[in-house]
Amino acid sequence: MNMYRQALDSLRPIVAAIVVTAGAFALFVAASGYPAVEALMLVGKGAFGSGFAWQNTLSRAAPIMFTALCVAVPARAGMVIIGGEGALALGGLAAAMVGVWWASRPVVMVLAGMALAAWVTGGLWIGISGWLRYRRGVNETISSLLLAYIGQAVFNFLVEGWLRDPASLNKPSTAPLDSRDMIGNIPGMEVHWGLAWGVLACLAAWWLLRHTVFGFAIDIVGGNPRAAKMTGLPVGRLMLAASVLGGGFAGLAGMFEVAAVQGCANADLMAGYGYQGILVSFAARHHPLGVIAGAILIGGLGASNSLLQRHLDLPDAAAQVLQGLLFVSLLAFETLNRRGGRHA
Amino acid sequence: MKEMKYSASRRNWLRMMAALGAGAVSQFIPDGVRQAMAASKLVVGAIYVGAKDDFGYNQSQAEAAAALRKLPGVRVVEEERVPETIAVQKTMEAMVNEDGAGMVFATSFGYFSPYVLKVAQEYPSVDFSHCGGLWKPGMPKNAGSFFGYIDECVYLNGMAAAYASKSKKLGFVAAKPIPQVLRNINAFLLGARSVNPACTVSVIFTGDWSLPVKEAEASNSLVDQGVDVLTCHVDSPKVVIETAERRGIYCCGYHVNQAVLAPKGYLTGAEWNWETPYTILVNNAMAGKPMINFLRGGLKEGFVRTSPFGPAVSAKAKQHSLAVKARMMAGDFVIFKGPLLDNSGKTVIPAGVVQAQRDEVLESMNYLVDGVIGHV
Amino acid sequence: MHDGVALGSLLLALLGGIMRVSTPFLFVSLGECITEISGRINLGLEGTLVFGAMSGYGVSWLTGSPWLGVLAAGVSGMLLGLIHGLLCSLPKVNDIAVGIAMMLFGTGISFFIGKPLIQPEAAMLPSWHLGSWSHDPQVRDALRVNALLPLGLGLAALLRLAFKRTRLGLVLRLVGDNAAAARALGYHVVRLRILATVAGGFLAGIGGAFLSLYYPGGWNEGLSSGQGLMAVALVIFARWDPVRCALAALLFGAAGALGPALQSQGLTQGYYLFNAAPYVLTLILMTLSWRPGQTLAGSPGELSLTNRS
Repeated sequence: MNMYRQALDSLRPIVAAIVVTAGAFALFVAASGYPAVEALMLVGKGAFGSGFAWQNTLSRAAPIMFTALCVAVPARAGMVIIGGEGALALGGLAAAMVGVWWASRPVVMVLAGMALAAWVTGGLWIGISGWLRYRRGVNETISSLLLAYIGQAVFNFLVEGWLRDPASLNKPSTAPLDSRDMIGNIPGMEVHWGLAWGVLACLAAWWLLRHTVFGFAIDIVGGNPRAAKMTGLPVGRLMLAASVLGGGFAGLAGMFEVAAVQGCANADLMAGYGYQGILVSFAARHHPLGVIAGAILIGGLGASNSLLQRHLDLPDAAAQVLQGLLFVSLLAFETLNRRGGRHA
Repeated sequence: MKEMKYSASRRNWLRMMAALGAGAVSQFIPDGVRQAMAASKLVVGAIYVGAKDDFGYNQSQAEAAAALRKLPGVRVVEEERVPETIAVQKTMEAMVNEDGAGMVFATSFGYFSPYVLKVAQEYPSVDFSHCGGLWKPGMPKNAGSFFGYIDECVYLNGMAAAYASKSKKLGFVAAKPIPQVLRNINAFLLGARSVNPACTVSVIFTGDWSLPVKEAEASNSLVDQGVDVLTCHVDSPKVVIETAERRGIYCCGYHVNQAVLAPKGYLTGAEWNWETPYTILVNNAMAGKPMINFLRGGLKEGFVRTSPFGPAVSAKAKQHSLAVKARMMAGDFVIFKGPLLDNSGKTVIPAGVVQAQRDEVLESMNYLVDGVIGHV
Repeated sequence: MHDGVALGSLLLALLGGIMRVSTPFLFVSLGECITEISGRINLGLEGTLVFGAMSGYGVSWLTGSPWLGVLAAGVSGMLLGLIHGLLCSLPKVNDIAVGIAMMLFGTGISFFIGKPLIQPEAAMLPSWHLGSWSHDPQVRDALRVNALLPLGLGLAALLRLAFKRTRLGLVLRLVGDNAAAARALGYHVVRLRILATVAGGFLAGIGGAFLSLYYPGGWNEGLSSGQGLMAVALVIFARWDPVRCALAALLFGAAGALGPALQSQGLTQGYYLFNAAPYVLTLILMTLSWRPGQTLAGSPGELSLTNRS
């Protein structure tokens, strides 16, 4: 009973936000001289209106689940990490290199090696921010942002330099993976396995944060570091662990982009998934299960953007306005949330 | 360009109210009507990586798509700012599934592999035309690549630049050291050196296709080094051209005509004319003929064109340039021929070897020729 | 062409970079500084910057007066600041997250409204030719200054003074440091924070106008490549001191010129790394200057980004 009420309570601000967003977007579209009601219909139709639309939405959602976890897990320990984009790029690059070097080994081993390399690389990259935070007191938000820019520069330097496959003509890339090692689609769907792994990662993160001592300890560190220190928790090490864990998820996002989509590492890995993950994590109040829903929502907006452009000739920017409106409302309507959100 | 309606007006409000009054059901009608229309028309999808009106590459593609709209029996659906990720794959699939597209123009190089190849395999009855890729036998028969030999126009740019330059130092702002870009830089140098062998071209790579502040800084630092003619290969040349004009030097345009941005210093420019390949491909599809897998053309075929000469171009320069252009139109002019050294002194084309316009070796160029200051 | 890098020419290029590139950093970081001093953070100033660039360009185009454009940019920045300020005043609303969403909204709406502004040519801001005494074109260009730069530098000094000496400045700092105490003294905390966010938006908007009306000039959708976001980060780096914000902005301006200047002088390898140099430098400086365990000197106590220990 209590659980139902809780669920209902947390749904209320979301519904309110969606209604307000729809209203505001309709006004905006109408004021610009486009048919408002049709635009709203198309948003729904493009995102969730058919089997094809759902698959379109889910394909776009997969990487964002991972990048949102890169924000959500450190946030539990009280850190605001906004540099997932860099960890994604470097994780993807590491995965691509392992995939090429191990090309002759069994597929399972190649993929496991790629995932491990991506995890470790992404984890270490965001781990730098966690480490700087607890060893030197450097603000992790700014350091992770700087590291994102640095990571992207290092990525471009390597991919257009030493690691460039000479055969990748006008799109500098690393050598391609063997097609045998590519991750395929979930049977019966036009959606790659990255989606399933993304959902699994969210579930695993949820279990870890909710049902383990580690998760409990991290929550205390995030809630009140002073109290955590007094109870004898290794605050610094816990913060480091949370940031490494989060960065690992962003690295995995890169690995799936390489192994399920691109087939190699190139600048297209940096498509903004890291930044979208920040929004999703905050809108989900850093709850790993909420991240699943938030990522699907962003995926859906991407899919409907495509339909809006094609059917109404709305410019791409209209979808960006819609996304902004939706997330501003989602975050603003937190105020209706009865439960005292810890990170609110 | 299409006129944008961006201000609120009473009429729009009335229209919205009417739509609200008529209820949700009527909202489905326009869609239904569209689909009925689609049955009798060829639906052509066009996908751009940037904004449709960027004064550069994407605009050149969108202008061709706009020209297609005038053809009878063609309906165009467009999508801009589509990244080279799963998004473009889904967009192509959606154009087929949701709009009934019979032909798709995917206009960014990065769309080709794996996306165009993958989707072409999924939908064998739809034609997928990609701009810039290198279609090879063994790839899906309903996919194809088209491109223009714009290095001809860039060579003519180089000639005009050499005539106008006093310092004999020319500048080139480029995004990334990829074959298409390197071929243009080299053609620019070779064109300039055909006029004056003392000319050099300094290159600055900004690292990405659209970085206005970096492009402006690159232009300024080139001018500071004594460069007095600038050109570029980035998505939108606007910043480079405007900076050149502000610094009082000459410039050559790229992608589309930028003469209005630099009324004094604009010499000439290398422009795409995608209308030609678009029309060929669409007519081909409407005639029910099999896809043209490999379509290329230069000045002669009308795939590219030069901007009209600006006021700073001398009569002698015009005459020389037009003479070379006439030979290009006749198809007997070769830009890349041996002996040719790269800028580290290595021979890249041995003496006696001729790499004509259509030679595919040129599409994987990985060097800067002697006289270019820069590094790949 | 010479092999080595000409030092004098390189220094001139860096000076030119300061004159050209640093102003948007300067205005955005000063704006953010005011907001953060009051205990709020607005990560959305990247969106404000872009929105200011668009509206400034539009108004300059419509009226023919670039200074009216600057004013309009400031006012539209205030508008976004007001939205952010009001939303974050609601209980339980997280200002960091709203900022990121506002960044998306601000850039989206600028791109949308700005579509018809890409092609037309608006009147540009004038510049002072301080280098007209020299015959070297590089010197002449490096010393071409727009009035907004000295204005911003003066503002930085003024703000530092204001935060230390004036009543409003002290109250603002109190509000940012200890809201309860400010409330006990009878100050309206929420109202002051909204005011500070609106003021921050005003300055960020002006920073945007510099981009579209002076350098690089013109309006298009790729105009800002993250300068606004970086400038916000600079405030933490500068530890909430307006003068240090200004120095950091100048440093970023010079660093922005470094990569292209080195390439134009023939040092053409590793340009990605040169271009990332300012970020590396900032990170190193931050790491060296901060000590563990100690609360950030000058950190507003109420700031959600830093109030954890």
